[in-house]
Amino acid sequence: MNKWVWLLILVVFFAMGSVALAFDPIPAEDLKIGFVFVGPVGDGGWSYMHDQGRQAIEKAFPGVTTMYAESVPEGPDCARVMEQFVRNGAQLVFATSFGYMDQVIEVAKKYPDVVFMHCSGYKMADNVGLYFGRMYQARYLSGLVAGSMTKSNIIGFPAAHPIPEVIRMINAFTLGARKANPDARVKVVWLYSWFDPGKEKEATKALIDAGADMIGMHADSGSTPQTAEESGVYVIGYNNDMSSYAPTKCLTSSVWDWSTIYVDIIKKVIEGNWKPIDDWWGMDTGIVKLTSFSQDVPEEVKTLVQEEQEKIINGTWDVFWGPIKDQNGNEKIAEGQKMSDQDILSFSWFVEGVEGEIPVSQ
Amino acid sequence: MEMVVSILAAAVRSGTPILFATLGEIIIEKSGILNLGLEGIMLIGALTGFSVSLVSGNPWLGIMAAFILGALITLIHGFISITLRGNQVVSGLAMTIFGTGVSSLMGKAFIGKTIPGLLKTPFPVLNRIPFVGPIFFNHDLLVYFSFFLVIFLSWFLISTRIGLNLRAVGDSPRAADAMGLNINRIRYLAVAIGGGIVAIGGAYLSVAYNKMWTESMTAGRGWIAVALVIFAIWNPTRAALGAYLFGGVEAFQLRLQATGTSIPTPLLLMLPYLLTVCVLIFISIGKGKGILFGAPASLGQPYFREESE
Repeated sequence: MNKWVWLLILVVFFAMGSVALAFDPIPAEDLKIGFVFVGPVGDGGWSYMHDQGRQAIEKAFPGVTTMYAESVPEGPDCARVMEQFVRNGAQLVFATSFGYMDQVIEVAKKYPDVVFMHCSGYKMADNVGLYFGRMYQARYLSGLVAGSMTKSNIIGFPAAHPIPEVIRMINAFTLGARKANPDARVKVVWLYSWFDPGKEKEATKALIDAGADMIGMHADSGSTPQTAEESGVYVIGYNNDMSSYAPTKCLTSSVWDWSTIYVDIIKKVIEGNWKPIDDWWGMDTGIVKLTSFSQDVPEEVKTLVQEEQEKIINGTWDVFWGPIKDQNGNEKIAEGQKMSDQDILSFSWFVEGVEGEIPVSQ
Repeated sequence: MEMVVSILAAAVRSGTPILFATLGEIIIEKSGILNLGLEGIMLIGALTGFSVSLVSGNPWLGIMAAFILGALITLIHGFISITLRGNQVVSGLAMTIFGTGVSSLMGKAFIGKTIPGLLKTPFPVLNRIPFVGPIFFNHDLLVYFSFFLVIFLSWFLISTRIGLNLRAVGDSPRAADAMGLNINRIRYLAVAIGGGIVAIGGAYLSVAYNKMWTESMTAGRGWIAVALVIFAIWNPTRAALGAYLFGGVEAFQLRLQATGTSIPTPLLLMLPYLLTVCVLIFISIGKGKGILFGAPASLGQPYFREESE
């Protein structure tokens, strides 16, 4: 009996090999996975949500070993961390920040047998795949809420770094805000840091001083919502449910749920079906969503969000379909034109209604 | 005008945690002990302050607890540097790593919680002075305490006998020993009190400023304080100026962005560090000529009595 099982496995193994698959199946109990996190897993934000995904893997595949390194700076340091994972036997490494991109490619070249998955980047290789979620869809929906409910028509937006990912989020948020309220403007302040609660607080205060009565955010700690709550200003959270930091002022949060995509990737690796593809999941898979609305959000706003969400999930419309104008009022995307994923991933201009600058070097 | 006031008030607010850490470090360094563990001690202070405030409901208990635990933790560095005469740089760096790790480990349960914390308490009478009032006297009590500490330390270090003894121990422990001072006792006291004040800087972040706990929430402020001690040339008043400069540059560039002015912000952010390097060059040139300014002459050197014990 046992012999037959093994024979079967061998046959399947070779059969799959003959279909020219680059990677062999790995039994769950032999699979070791390394996670590289940019912030501490206790940041209550980006890295925290990825770590929830890691824990979902352990739950879904008992026997799989996961390792993680937290607070790994972007740049040369992360290459060392990834190599350490490989030396410790990892066959799969998740690099969960945009700034790891070049190092992922570099380390992947050294270890062609190891699978690397890079989150939010755009460079691929034979053993480097990409995964990400279309957070901009949830951002757009949360923008609808912000636009509907601002009275001063100024929405403050403390943002981490001027990179395509963040620019995309600001654009989607602004498109939503202006769909609901054509007079709304989104003021951007760059933090040049993913995680600095003190700085996030000062930036939020600066925006409130500049007239913002609604705050969006794209940084990793809960400092922005906490400051908004303290100042009595509404806030739209990001990463995870920020209402714990702003119990009365957080209207909703656009949040990640990484568990499904991680479980899917692991399944492919275990079965030997993994291929270097760019996996960009949409709202229909549940990878991004809005948290439940605060009681201050009026019914008609909820209905508006519901309608737009249905269009996105059905695929009848998406956020970056024309017409879209840039900051200076020039038409960038014509009526009926759709931005390609490539263009969406490498955004380097702001849409109309954003007040702020993208530094030239970007 | 309103913008200037709001920037300067923000400078005081965001400079205060750095100011506490710098003042604490000045006390420690004046006794001749170099402590590079500020970042770790601040984090332990932040966690202690937050957790005790949350559990007891009283922010002042949290700040007192932060002071006490900060003092105890820094005494480990004291023991290695004073009694064991170990390498102070290594021990200090170890304190940073230790403090970061321990606070992350113990702090897991407190993530995502907020506290009412220290509230803004306008200083009676003084807050009505035009311009100065809203900048300096419209904060929480801990900010006023930092003003007091600056004035007190300036007086204490220069005009009191104990202050003189402390400086003597840091400048020339041999001479101080000959004078009959107990070198180790003075150094231990300086390390404990200084460490406690550094921890209050951390607690300010979690109890008064952000009113929440997240891992590594000091985000490098401990290291800024290490630089500030040099920038201030070990003088408490200049430390306050420096802390507000560091805080103010930050607040200024964020507000510039919010109002839509485009000045390259990295240039502004670089400024305080550039000034620190200039001061360092200035001190080093002075040292070559035998002028010390305020630098403790035996900083970082363990003291060996000549006779063996």
